[in-house]
Amino acid sequence: MFASFMINAWEAATIVAIVAGVVGFFTVLRGAAFAAHALPNGAFAGAAGAFLIGANTVVGLGVFSLAGAGMIAGLGRRARSDVATALAIVLMLALGDLFLSRTSEYAPEIFALLFGEVLGVSTSKLGPTIAIAAVCIVAVAVLYRPLMLSSVSPDVAEARGINARVMDLAFLVVLALVTTMAVPVVGSLLIFSLLIGPAGAARSFTNRPSAAMSLSVVFALVTVWVAIAVSYETNLPIGFFVGAISAFAYTAGRAWTAWRGKRSRRPGDPVNLTGLTDLADQGTAHAAAESR
Amino acid sequence: MLGAASWSPLFEPGFFSSEPVHVALAVGAIAAVVSGIVGVFTVIRGQSFAGHALSDIGTAGGSAAFLVGASTLYGFIAFNVVAAAVMELIGIRKPRGRDLATGIVLGASLGLAALFLYEGTISSSTTGATVNVLFGSIFTLPPGITTVIAVLGVASLALIVVLYRPLLLSSVSYELAEARGVPVRLVGAGYLLALALAVSMSAVTIGAILSTALLVGPAAIALRLATRTGMAILLAAAIGVVACWVGTLIAYDSTVWAGGNGWPVSFCIVAVIFVLYFASGVVVGLRADRRRASAGARPAAARPVEVA
Repeated sequence: MFASFMINAWEAATIVAIVAGVVGFFTVLRGAAFAAHALPNGAFAGAAGAFLIGANTVVGLGVFSLAGAGMIAGLGRRARSDVATALAIVLMLALGDLFLSRTSEYAPEIFALLFGEVLGVSTSKLGPTIAIAAVCIVAVAVLYRPLMLSSVSPDVAEARGINARVMDLAFLVVLALVTTMAVPVVGSLLIFSLLIGPAGAARSFTNRPSAAMSLSVVFALVTVWVAIAVSYETNLPIGFFVGAISAFAYTAGRAWTAWRGKRSRRPGDPVNLTGLTDLADQGTAHAAAESR
Repeated sequence: MLGAASWSPLFEPGFFSSEPVHVALAVGAIAAVVSGIVGVFTVIRGQSFAGHALSDIGTAGGSAAFLVGASTLYGFIAFNVVAAAVMELIGIRKPRGRDLATGIVLGASLGLAALFLYEGTISSSTTGATVNVLFGSIFTLPPGITTVIAVLGVASLALIVVLYRPLLLSSVSYELAEARGVPVRLVGAGYLLALALAVSMSAVTIGAILSTALLVGPAAIALRLATRTGMAILLAAAIGVVACWVGTLIAYDSTVWAGGNGWPVSFCIVAVIFVLYFASGVVVGLRADRRRASAGARPAAARPVEVA
């Protein structure tokens, strides 16, 4: 299981899980599950286009996922976000279909993007993965406070001069980067499950944002590690185990919330984050101070 | 009078006499009408994600059926109905939480699909299954399929007709419907069942891309233009059929200018829907200008339903 050819798989999966845990926290907080599905899925069109013109697959994925992020944000100005996302994924997939029809060659690596091939990660793929992962983490660190505020309390964010549309686009761009990083190594199905499962479970166990984010990373790491180990032993696809463990974690989280009783909050409510109340208070105080 | 000759540049030879084209036009129209009507409620309720997810979720059922040698269509439907029930059972009203629940069901189902497809490829080495379910192929449908999907479509529409008033009320205002004694959960479950049937029917025949495109696109356009829900429903169905037929025609004709290797139908239909979507934006903009111009005289009487 820890043979030399498996080392790349463990490393790639660990990096992807850390980033997915961090970004997934915001995905769940902002209710962006559809975008987290649409970008990795639709970006395959970029890979197909790159294959057609003989360009680098990762560059194609990057260009298309960023274009997809722009399209969701752009269409979202005039339509509701779920409609905008649906239209964006449909156009991206249709373009992918068009690109694939232009070549008579069968491109197995394009279809591998759907389910991933984490066991076949080459060392040359690890470099870009690590670099883009670092960019994602830095971006989240820089955006942390405004993103958190605009996700949880849009009014206070607006009062502090944080533009909701800019935050929306910024978050989608981060999601596009995660897509570009993760799809070549783990596939679109896996990254989607990793973005929402662990983070969705984590918020059932804690109210504090930093704790929820840490817990989300821990859940994501456990999910991929267990999935790789079991997949290695049973010879069944990793995607199945990641999906199953994510669903189990989410269900466990919901059960935990229900079991702890209905004292403080109802299940499914947005997290009433204590840390955020402080953030919001600061925001209000700040705005009040400025108006004085 | 327009003779046959003057139409010929528009319709490449064989378009009207080809059996696969007849089936494609018929199946496409049924899928477009049902999707358009169900889609209006999908857009009003903000459940586009569920609508799209079901077209992917069914893949797991389809591949499971393929594995045991049963009909892919029935596997697809069975899985989607169960998935819709699970989504309803998790039962979260807040859109953010609801989308998360939909996502979890989708992730787990795609994992199952990966498992079944993997088992399937080991036992019989059929690799095209994934691709086929994703893209579908409107030109290679068996003629007998029309009856089956017509039955499914009618079942889905019958549910919508029966639920129409309470469904509309609970879609526009959950609280108001609840206060008036509408069994909102039951109505929501019935609607999800109609959605599951409609999506299964269209995804199996014309593929997941077109299923979502015809569900959300025409409905979003219609809701921008129409002032009443009834009008929006009629308009959505009509726009869907037009997009479907024009797209199919372009795809058919494209074999000529693209040198035998025609453009995929899915791309052509999606392109038509996008053109109509942006055109509807222009129409709404022009209307707003006109209203603003006459706003001094009297307040705007009717505004488009502002949900899409």
